[in-house]
Amino acid sequence: MEKRQLTCIGCPMGCPITVTMEAGEVREVTGFTCKRGEAYARKEVTNPTRIVTTTVRVAGGLAPMVSVKTAQDIPKGKIFDCADALRAVTVKAPVSIGDVVLSNVAGTGVDVVATKAVAAAQ
Amino acid sequence: MNSYDIVIIGGGPAGLAAAVSARDAGVERILILERDSELGGILNQCIHNGFGLHTFQEELTGPEYAARFIDQVEERKIPYLLNTMVLDVNHDRVITAMNKTDGLFQISAKAIILAMGCRERPRGALNIPGTRPAGIYSAGTAQRLVNMEGFLPGRKVVILGSGDIGLIMARRMTLEGAQVQVVAELMPYSGGLKRNIVQCLDDFGIPLKLSHTVVDIRGRERVEGITLAQVDENRRPIPGTEEDYACDTLLLSCGLIPENELSRAAGVDLSPVTSGAVVDESLETSVPGVFACGNVLHVHDLVDFVSQEAAAAGRSAAKYVQGQLETDETPIPVAAKGGVRYTVPARVHPHRMEEQQVVRFRVGAVYQNAYISVYFDDERVSRRKRQIMAPGEMEQVTLKREDLLSRPGLKSITVTIEEA
Amino acid sequence: MYDVVIIGAGVSGAAVAREVSRYTANVLVLERCEDVCCGTSKANSAIVHAGYDAHTGSLMARLNVRGSQMMEELSKELDFPYRRNGSMVLCMAEEDRPHLQTLLERGVANGVEGLRIIEREEILRREPNVSPDVVAALDVPTGAIVCPFGLNIAMAENAAVNGVTFQFDTTVTGFTAGEEGWTVHTDKGDVTARCVVNAAGVYADRLHNMVSAKKLHITPRRGDYYLLDKAAGEVAHATLFQLPGKFGKGVLVSPTVHGNTIVGPTAIDIEDKDSTATTREGLDQVAQKAAISVPGIPLRQTITSFAGLRAHEDGGEFIIGEVSDAPGFFDCAGIESPGLSSSPAIGEMVAGLLKEKLGLSPRPDFVAKRKGIVNPQTLSFEERQALIRENPAYGRVICRCETVTEGEIVDAITRPLGARSLDGVKRRTRAGMGRCQGGFCGPRVMEIIARETGMDLSEITKCGGHSRMVVGKTKEGAKA
Repeated sequence: MEKRQLTCIGCPMGCPITVTMEAGEVREVTGFTCKRGEAYARKEVTNPTRIVTTTVRVAGGLAPMVSVKTAQDIPKGKIFDCADALRAVTVKAPVSIGDVVLSNVAGTGVDVVATKAVAAAQ
Repeated sequence: MNSYDIVIIGGGPAGLAAAVSARDAGVERILILERDSELGGILNQCIHNGFGLHTFQEELTGPEYAARFIDQVEERKIPYLLNTMVLDVNHDRVITAMNKTDGLFQISAKAIILAMGCRERPRGALNIPGTRPAGIYSAGTAQRLVNMEGFLPGRKVVILGSGDIGLIMARRMTLEGAQVQVVAELMPYSGGLKRNIVQCLDDFGIPLKLSHTVVDIRGRERVEGITLAQVDENRRPIPGTEEDYACDTLLLSCGLIPENELSRAAGVDLSPVTSGAVVDESLETSVPGVFACGNVLHVHDLVDFVSQEAAAAGRSAAKYVQGQLETDETPIPVAAKGGVRYTVPARVHPHRMEEQQVVRFRVGAVYQNAYISVYFDDERVSRRKRQIMAPGEMEQVTLKREDLLSRPGLKSITVTIEEA
Repeated sequence: MYDVVIIGAGVSGAAVAREVSRYTANVLVLERCEDVCCGTSKANSAIVHAGYDAHTGSLMARLNVRGSQMMEELSKELDFPYRRNGSMVLCMAEEDRPHLQTLLERGVANGVEGLRIIEREEILRREPNVSPDVVAALDVPTGAIVCPFGLNIAMAENAAVNGVTFQFDTTVTGFTAGEEGWTVHTDKGDVTARCVVNAAGVYADRLHNMVSAKKLHITPRRGDYYLLDKAAGEVAHATLFQLPGKFGKGVLVSPTVHGNTIVGPTAIDIEDKDSTATTREGLDQVAQKAAISVPGIPLRQTITSFAGLRAHEDGGEFIIGEVSDAPGFFDCAGIESPGLSSSPAIGEMVAGLLKEKLGLSPRPDFVAKRKGIVNPQTLSFEERQALIRENPAYGRVICRCETVTEGEIVDAITRPLGARSLDGVKRRTRAGMGRCQGGFCGPRVMEIIARETGMDLSEITKCGGHSRMVVGKTKEGAKA
């Protein structure tokens, strides 16, 4: 039996939720006030995921950097792999919102896309 | 002198939404004046996601949210001037502004919408003792350096203040390879969203120390370390609780202040609580024809609400220009009492109201299982239970126009928190 | 070999440099920091004292009164902000009245003009924010305020234009006396000079003691200050001093030439000659004392607090002149308050001594006038339009709080002894000196410095040395 303590992110209440796990299975969830809390806790202990937002370098653009995000959420454990993979990326201006700057980042099957347009320098 | 129907000062989320709604209400001659080199305001540096759930029913990053409104402005061919600083707004709604290409110029406007946003409280205003070396940044300045310019302000970081920008920057600096040691918060609760505490601090094992503040800064040229101490209920440091941290950077996320220098110049009455203008239901200030919206009016947590508020300001300004906002009605004051720090609007003209009027406010402390009550004079007309209310989250109540019109002689409306 | 090496580019060193540049001499100024005005001269009350305070007959009294008399003319000649706003010494307790009288008499004896004692009613009429508990005051019409950076930088720039060489980031480590003068050892190599001027502020004792058997001892006396937002309004019109007495030594509340209010200082003797850290106790003390004379002082509107060090010599007197057992070595030591006020007179005096010692003759091409950085806010609408047409950089606002344009910042960087750091730009143009304290304009100013000097942005410092603003680029960080 393993107990995991979580803070619910659903609202400012921030309910302290305890999830009891056994052999990777959720046995019990306590401490939540509403359904959202329970659902959040179950997901968070079994398959926590995050959208990663960061920047990559731009070559030949009006701005030196462009903001990017993972097009879908990726496993929480892959956040740093994702950030590290993007350190090596330089995109060429012009960049449009939604342009894929790196596909299948860190083997997640998720693409990283630009979230801002950068025009080419004259 | 060029003249416009509506001049909007500021091309951030508030100014953009105001421009779009004013144009959609039929106003032709609109001009947006923006001091930065692009439209979008602070959203351009807020590269994290979480924007737009209310407006677009999806989670956007700041630049994406801004782009949607910029596109709407471009589609409507609303003119704007970039790199243009407004130096003065006078009582006659003459605006003095300046840029490199047009030089110093004046324009007149039938209506003005103030949408200048806010700025961060700097170290000086916090009166933190110690040295004054390089490496002390407000979180937003660091955010701009990192996200837009690609520079890393430091490698070993302490953050004071757990407002959302501070939390977001804790994660952002961590992803760029910096080591964020601790986030300290003066108050016994965080001013940031729970989601940010979990996803920006807990995810990376960054501790949050509530009821703590920085009591010393060391380092002559660059920050070398700081001292944290716990504070008592009066927010005074408790001797003996000091802890030293070695760091090269101190980021400050200790509150935002509406930028109302131009409002003051225009003679607009300001609220000592919000540091923003005192407005009525039309978001009109004490100076007729001058409207305010967004963070220059009061600091918001959600950009969606900024856009809503600004759209309302745009509609009101359009009505003003079209001669539909004239009234001789005495406004009814909306009073903030019992834990409610302020309300926007602070007064309403029932005949000028839209069908439903949202009144936004903040509470002064954390309340659990308390009620938001609305009184018309001495009579309680509504009571709504909230499981939790905190100063970091804007609250709202809705007034119905017909309710007010059905009570001629109504003297005051009061919004208050009542505990169970 | 130089005729004169001046050590220190604060107000004293700059004043000496400017005054000696009237003569045909080969002069070098050595400065430990990256810019002029980096020590005591940058962090003080920014007051031109009238001269009633120092003991009659002292050098301090003489030079203060003379400096105060010279300052207005100098401010026109060298184009720096100065305003004769007058000052008042407030007496808050009836029993302290005799001290007020003593001060009046001393001032008269020192040659200060226009002094008189005024009563409560007049004080409150002229200064409505003063405590109604005020009893009387010494009215000092010749009291004034000055921009200390402006004064220091103007004198140094003018010296540079007249041929004086400035070498920054150079620390003097020792001296060797020779046949013709002195070898000055520094961390950047040796220089030789016929005469040395020791204007090293809180370090002047250390330098003096390297060459003389008659030792000096300077205590850094720290003063903590608050600076209030312009939006707080003019809290005081005159500079309001507190009469030392029942409540101890007081603090002043004064307008600055730029429209802020300055409140302070404390007087805390410390050991460390570099420690300009403020302390909670010090700031609290200032707040407490200021409230005695101005009860409603809006310290909530503080935009920054800071501390400076006065170079207090044990004798409490300026030590100016040739060191008796070190010929050719001139001290300019113990320059504590009223050092800023006295600086023009100190420069005049030391230059006179050097002229005599070295037999200097006037420089025929001496340029007495200096034009400061144009402040477009002082121009008319049409003048400002013309300025932007001529140079569009004056149309781009960089510092929003103080409305400082790119044109002013470029001028600050490219003129003689130009700024190379954010603080250097700030002291010359006020960019970053406003209510957001550089939050918005800091990165923009960094870009302009980098562009104008050819430095990489990551090399830009706040104030020289290791005070870099950024540590590198993103995307280069180590794996977390």
